[in-house]
Amino acid sequence: MTTTSNAAAEFSRRRLSPAQRIQHLLHAHPWLSPLLILVLTTIVFSALNGRYLAPNAQSLLLQQVAVVACLAIGQTLIILTAGIDLSVGSITILSMMTMASLAANSKVNGGLAILIGIAVAVGAGFLNGILVTKVNLPPFIVTLGTLSIFTAIALLYSGGASIQEDRLPDLINWTGTSIALGPFRFTVGVIMVLLLYGVVGFALTQTAWGRHVFAVGDDPESARLSGVPTKRVLLSVYSAAGLIYGLAAWIQIGRAGAASPNGIVDANLDSITAVVIGGTSLFGGRGGVIGTLLGAVIVGAFTLGLSLAGVDQQWRLLAIGVLIIVAVSLDQWIRRVKA
Amino acid sequence: MTTMERLAVPLDDIPEDRRHVYEAEPLLSARNLGITFGRVVGLDGVSLDLYQGEVLAVIGDNGAGKSTLIKCLTGAYVPETGEIYLAGNQVTFRVPQDARAAGIETVYQQLAVIPALDIASNLYLAREERRKGPLGSVLRMLDKKGMRERAATAVQNLGIQTIQNMGQAVETLSGGQRQSVAVARAAAFGSKVVVLDEPTAALGVKESTSVLNMIKQLRENGLAVILISHNMPHVWEVADRILIQRLGSCAGVITPSSHDMGEGVAIMTGARKLT
Ligand SMILES: Nc1ncnc2c1ncn2[C@@H]1O[C@H](COP(=O)(O)OP(=O)(O)OP(=O)(O)O)[C@@H](O)[C@H]1O
Ligand SMILES: [Mg+2]
Repeated sequence: MTTTSNAAAEFSRRRLSPAQRIQHLLHAHPWLSPLLILVLTTIVFSALNGRYLAPNAQSLLLQQVAVVACLAIGQTLIILTAGIDLSVGSITILSMMTMASLAANSKVNGGLAILIGIAVAVGAGFLNGILVTKVNLPPFIVTLGTLSIFTAIALLYSGGASIQEDRLPDLINWTGTSIALGPFRFTVGVIMVLLLYGVVGFALTQTAWGRHVFAVGDDPESARLSGVPTKRVLLSVYSAAGLIYGLAAWIQIGRAGAASPNGIVDANLDSITAVVIGGTSLFGGRGGVIGTLLGAVIVGAFTLGLSLAGVDQQWRLLAIGVLIIVAVSLDQWIRRVKA
Repeated sequence: MTTMERLAVPLDDIPEDRRHVYEAEPLLSARNLGITFGRVVGLDGVSLDLYQGEVLAVIGDNGAGKSTLIKCLTGAYVPETGEIYLAGNQVTFRVPQDARAAGIETVYQQLAVIPALDIASNLYLAREERRKGPLGSVLRMLDKKGMRERAATAVQNLGIQTIQNMGQAVETLSGGQRQSVAVARAAAFGSKVVVLDEPTAALGVKESTSVLNMIKQLRENGLAVILISHNMPHVWEVADRILIQRLGSCAGVITPSSHDMGEGVAIMTGARKLT
């Protein structure tokens, strides 16, 4: 390095105050703040009740958050493109009722029923994508509309009735099977969700597609001028989200022991909550799935910790509300980062 | 059409040592390009010819249609009328990557860099390089290290020393540094034509000189350069020919030897007609 470049590096190093340094760190690693929150909640809840850290309690926590954590992966992808998906729950229910009805009522083979159910979810996501890219409607409006449409189709198709696990083939219920790993008990569904986090995390951080997702979310016009096929990227994101919701539908059947059209009513807000607490910016272009996983686990940690501490669950609502506002304020602060 | 007509300036106005450039067929030609934005006429039938190894400057007042012209040439806008020819063949650029694929790189006035991505990612945006072997071909993994190294070389070639870390997000750079990143990207990847829309607007004296030197180097390497600038000394320093845009159409073409800056500005503002 030459003297000039050393001087230049020195110059940029000296300007940072401690607050700015934290700002830069959080800017580069958006998952750091949810990690800190998770560590703090874990310390507090394990101090309140020693059983909180027991393997069976932690296993239960993961099982409880698996479906929302799965849906939140798709939600993260869409929010990274500066969109929002309000049809998460309705696509999942549509996919779930398709799988279960085909298998239980139409006697379709389990594997085929799952594939068709997932294909329906991909198709639903693709439809959202077409409306966003080709008809140029804002994602909020598109998914508000399809929320009603997909819910209605799911209810009309299934007749609004739940289908219990004893009427379903083993393959559909397989996601609920529990597997012992040392003292921990995972379900197939939990393992699938963790694998999915690995795959999507890899795609976002290690592939060109991931770069393009961030670029489209951060500045769509610059992305277009830089040669990114923005519409194709958006379509792929909405379709991939649909695929993920389809898998979540399968996992939900295993978790609940039934396919129920009103099983996951809070999925929309829960998935957005996980994404926001996880440090992904609602303005797009910043964040990632590691934070989202932490965000989903934080919500589960409050549920578990407060019930073990014998505290009213309303405190959980309050705490999550505060966390959401803190997370978004933090994001605003990080966005103002300057050289 | 004769070379004279295409050049739009007498060959005598071109210095003797540069005339060979105009013996070949033009590399990029546009005929009668037009586009409207609602009731605003952005471009009203503009034609130009660009030769290999020449720098064509485009000057004009604010809103004269300079940016619109180069956006129509590079696929950012699809012109409503007119044709574009590359090496004699008619081409249609529907999106910017069509022009890029044809070897035309552009620094747009709004820079078109992604603030949240780092410098290397911006340089390689939409032309990412993958790792060798199955990691790249099967898992489609990016060669981040390689891209960073090559990005560092591209930035160094521009002589920018205040940018050290290719992993730094572009939003943490100053306006001039961002502009340098955009220019470095175009210079590194342009294989036939490099289009620069006010590339020195935010740059310091030293950085501006680097960009002008880079433009000369590109011309030396046989590329064709279109330079839009409001800085007349810069234009008169590097341009072979100067196209004057006025109110959406072309008011004429001059050369630095046929007209001085004052005359150029007079034509640009309409105070004087080109005879
Ligand atoms: N996307 C657009 N929508 C509407 N009007 C536009 C658009 N792009 C350009 N125009 C109009 O076209 C005209 C030419 O604009 P252009 O940006 O080409 O000017 P310019 O010569 O580059 O000016 P400047 O020196 O300020 O960059 C202006 O009147 C502008 O308002
Ligand atoms: Mg302009």
